[in-house]
Amino acid sequence: MRWRKKRNELTSFLVLLPSLVLIAIFVYYFIARTVAASLSDWGRDPSQALALNPETHFIGLDNYRELFTGVIDVRFRQDLVSTLFFTAFFIAGCLLLGLLLAVAIDHRPRAEGLFRGVFLFPFSLSFVVTGTIWRWLLQPRGGVNRLPTMVGLPPGEFAWLTSRDQVWRFEWNHLPAIVLVLAALVLLLMALSAYRARRGRRAVALAAVAAGLLAGALGAARGLVLLPFPELHGFNLAFVGIVVAAVWQMAGYTMALYLAGLTGIPIELREAAIVDGANDWQLYTRIMLPLVAPITLSAMIILGHISLKIFDLVFAMAGPDNAYTDVPALLMFITTFRGNQFAKGASIGVILLLLVALVILPYLRSQLRRRGRA
Amino acid sequence: MKAGRRKPRWGLRLALYVLLVLAVSFFLMPVYMMLVTAFKEPRAINLDTAWQLPQVWNWLSFAEAWRAFRPKLLNSLILTVSASAISAVVGSLNGYALAKWPFPGSRALFSFMLFGMFIPYQAILIPLFQFVKAIGLYGSIWGLVLVHTVYGLPITTLIFRNTYVEIPSEIVESMCIDGAGFFGIYRFGVFPLSLPGFVVVIIWQFTQIWNEFLFAVSLSNPASQPITVALAQLAGGEAVKWNLPMAGALLAALPTLLVYVVFGRYFVRGLLAGSVKG
Amino acid sequence: MKRWLFSILLVFLALGAVTVRAQDKLEIFSWWAGDEGPALQALISRYQQLYPNIEVTNSTVTGGSGVNARAVLKTRMLGGDPPDSFQVHAGQELIGTWVVANRMEDLSGLFQSEKWATVFPPGLVALLSSKGGIWSVPVNIHRSNVMWFVPAKLSEWGVKPPKTWDELIATCQTLKSKGVDAPLALGENWTVNHLWESVALGVLGPEGWSELWTGKLKFNSPKAVAVWDTFGKVLACTNSDASGLSWQQAVDRVVKGDSAFNIMGDWAAGYMATTLKLEPGNGFGWAPSPSTGGTFMMLSDSFGLPKGVKHRDATLKWLKLLGSKEGQDVFNPLKGSIAARLDSDLSKYNAYSQSAAKDWKADKIVGSLVHGAVAPESFGSQFGTVMEIYLAGKNAQAAANAAQAIADQVGLGRK
Repeated sequence: MRWRKKRNELTSFLVLLPSLVLIAIFVYYFIARTVAASLSDWGRDPSQALALNPETHFIGLDNYRELFTGVIDVRFRQDLVSTLFFTAFFIAGCLLLGLLLAVAIDHRPRAEGLFRGVFLFPFSLSFVVTGTIWRWLLQPRGGVNRLPTMVGLPPGEFAWLTSRDQVWRFEWNHLPAIVLVLAALVLLLMALSAYRARRGRRAVALAAVAAGLLAGALGAARGLVLLPFPELHGFNLAFVGIVVAAVWQMAGYTMALYLAGLTGIPIELREAAIVDGANDWQLYTRIMLPLVAPITLSAMIILGHISLKIFDLVFAMAGPDNAYTDVPALLMFITTFRGNQFAKGASIGVILLLLVALVILPYLRSQLRRRGRA
Repeated sequence: MKAGRRKPRWGLRLALYVLLVLAVSFFLMPVYMMLVTAFKEPRAINLDTAWQLPQVWNWLSFAEAWRAFRPKLLNSLILTVSASAISAVVGSLNGYALAKWPFPGSRALFSFMLFGMFIPYQAILIPLFQFVKAIGLYGSIWGLVLVHTVYGLPITTLIFRNTYVEIPSEIVESMCIDGAGFFGIYRFGVFPLSLPGFVVVIIWQFTQIWNEFLFAVSLSNPASQPITVALAQLAGGEAVKWNLPMAGALLAALPTLLVYVVFGRYFVRGLLAGSVKG
Repeated sequence: MKRWLFSILLVFLALGAVTVRAQDKLEIFSWWAGDEGPALQALISRYQQLYPNIEVTNSTVTGGSGVNARAVLKTRMLGGDPPDSFQVHAGQELIGTWVVANRMEDLSGLFQSEKWATVFPPGLVALLSSKGGIWSVPVNIHRSNVMWFVPAKLSEWGVKPPKTWDELIATCQTLKSKGVDAPLALGENWTVNHLWESVALGVLGPEGWSELWTGKLKFNSPKAVAVWDTFGKVLACTNSDASGLSWQQAVDRVVKGDSAFNIMGDWAAGYMATTLKLEPGNGFGWAPSPSTGGTFMMLSDSFGLPKGVKHRDATLKWLKLLGSKEGQDVFNPLKGSIAARLDSDLSKYNAYSQSAAKDWKADKIVGSLVHGAVAPESFGSQFGTVMEIYLAGKNAQAAANAAQAIADQVGLGRK
């Protein structure tokens, strides 16, 4: 019997092999090729950029250096900042709205199936369709800005996607310091919770690292100079429109995740809580929400990776030429297919990949550890 | 949901329904706008009267959009059906192998595959383009089919694996004792139970591939263009008369919407399969 | 009897085979759709009249002035599937992208056989040439440096069209005091760049402008930085909601009387005459952009011959039609532009086009930046960044430095 099992295991491997080979090529090999292209100068010399057999040279990390500290690539740096702001608002919006809707539906209103259907249908649409419709809605002279007139108020004045305003500005040179301070804060919070959970040594270790980061932040603020000139970045208000459209599309998905989690909570738990005198608010905040915390984490990761690589929605809503709503994924496309800068485009792609990997790899690892069975 | 004890039930229910109605208006407002604009005559489309119902119900935009989009819809259909079918079949076999016949290292190889589901496609776009051109499939719908099949393998494998894990191992063991081999067990034991899995996978893949844009815009030429690209170009023009893009958006959205309405339950299952742990 | 039928059948088959083989094809790639479609269609119809055996495929990719089309073209050319002929702005947009990469065929022979050197202005041919070859056939000419206004409104306000930028800024103040908040109408994105190039031409003059592109004049030299200072003052006269308006909506502002002037290429004339049904001269008036009188800043749509196309003969026939007097006079009246040839039949054109054609013969010719004549795509597509840098802080030196950095990176002016 043993040998038969071994033979079946071998067959299993062979069955998987074609897919593994294909993935190895289409994912890993191509990533390697992109990395290699990003280390070359393909595109800088117009006579080689679009030739049938282009001749390129190795230039190391020069493209990356330019992206982060070169004069011309200010647009990339703003895109990076924009995408981080967008991700934060998008995730927050989806989680809040999704949770709210899930809790509402969990109360079993009449026609709950209908409500669920309405909230989830945008997820079945293409980002291009969503972008097209919202582009029309967010025209500065019409659509959403006209809504207040229906109740007698003056029309809205916000320029939505064409807005040029920027808030929360900060200097690019201060960025390393800001990042380190934020990281230190996070670690301090973790240290605090470890202390509360009576894991003293861990708490001390985390606090020590946090202190080190703060010291580093001070040093960076004094000594590290990324750019030889001042450059302001901030949150482009033009993104508000895109956040709204994106939340419209994905809040239903988050709601479905939460609903699945809420319905998974055993009914006895709820009944016991009600018997103990808990009212609605306490039932949710003390018992049900903490139980769906893992879902919050899952959703954050899925939504995060979607928002980091967002392309279709922005392309359809604002086109490739609106610098105020630009995101790295779109910039990569324009740099490559319009500016003919293939190596620079490849570097942007690699940076995108690293950002996504930062979010996904811990998730994959935790999923793998949990899948103990089979 | 206000805090406080002995809240009268009707207060809570009222707040609930108000919230739900507000949410429904938010979600349906764009649909209303899309329909109303699609049915207006081009000269009646005006930012000032955008919210008003059309005075003349103009079906011509749909006729025009249909004429412009019909070949692209066909492209999308061929692409989506082929790629979904192939990736579903392969995913089923993969999922079976991983769920019922794990071997040392299979979990690592599985993560190796899963990572492919998450990468931003910009990171592989240029080499992919060069590869598709090198094998002569650039500009052909079959190039897109190949691409979508390969990149669909991780999610289909994941969904099938999670489905098959639920099948009790006693079934597999008893069939093994009866002398059935790898493929025999699949054919007679696992495959007959796969229908829900196939439905979930095909619906998920159908939606994803139909709605995809980046590969479509980079690897197709005007003859093999799927619908998402045609729509983006329609709406991106200058002096756009919005009735046409709205009608086009509706036509582009209709197939996946129908799938969603008819197969909603399976749609949700596909959605959950990729996100929440098994 | 049977043998008769059989031979007749054979003859038919043979004829059929011959016709099938004689059936040639031609694929034209452009972004002319919508309002501009009929002009191209008229040209194609004429081609089909001349060569009924050739099947013409009209591949258009819609989307703002070719943005989408250029991306699609790029993927096709990279993919080794070039269209037989594609629309491209004459000048560096073609030369700096495809000619330097050795993807286009030299058309000097065609120019010689068709004797086009005598009918196209030398300034134009110079822009089409590079390294001893001529690379595309211009179909039409548009002018970039035109200022539009409504004569009736101007006399109502008691102002005259300004002849220099300083005059414009002064007239602005006058108009503002009369209640016209934004005397100069402006639209989104690229229209701002379009305004800039008129300002630059006005401040630098035609020689200075050309020196920018040969690398002789640096973008961050004091003379060039002064352009941004003037530009800033001009911007102060524009409407604050510009970023939400298309170019047509900016023109509408002038027509409605919300603004007095608009700097736009002469496709605005087509818009006002055909769509808005205004009469050239009475309903709307024009003048060269301030400080640019006597200079014609041109852009031209043209077609070339990529290397390795499938239907070379059919394409050459197409190019011949494009450069011919007949072809240009069929296309341009419908398009609203003027012919590149100096000998076109002006009776077919409206009042504006006739005036433009006169200037085309007499003025000094320079190329447009925004529309691909003097700068390659690698520069032009990044100019938007330079504009953003300027608009963010109104810092002329920073913008000028950025422009020079990009020029250095792409090797502007390096022959």
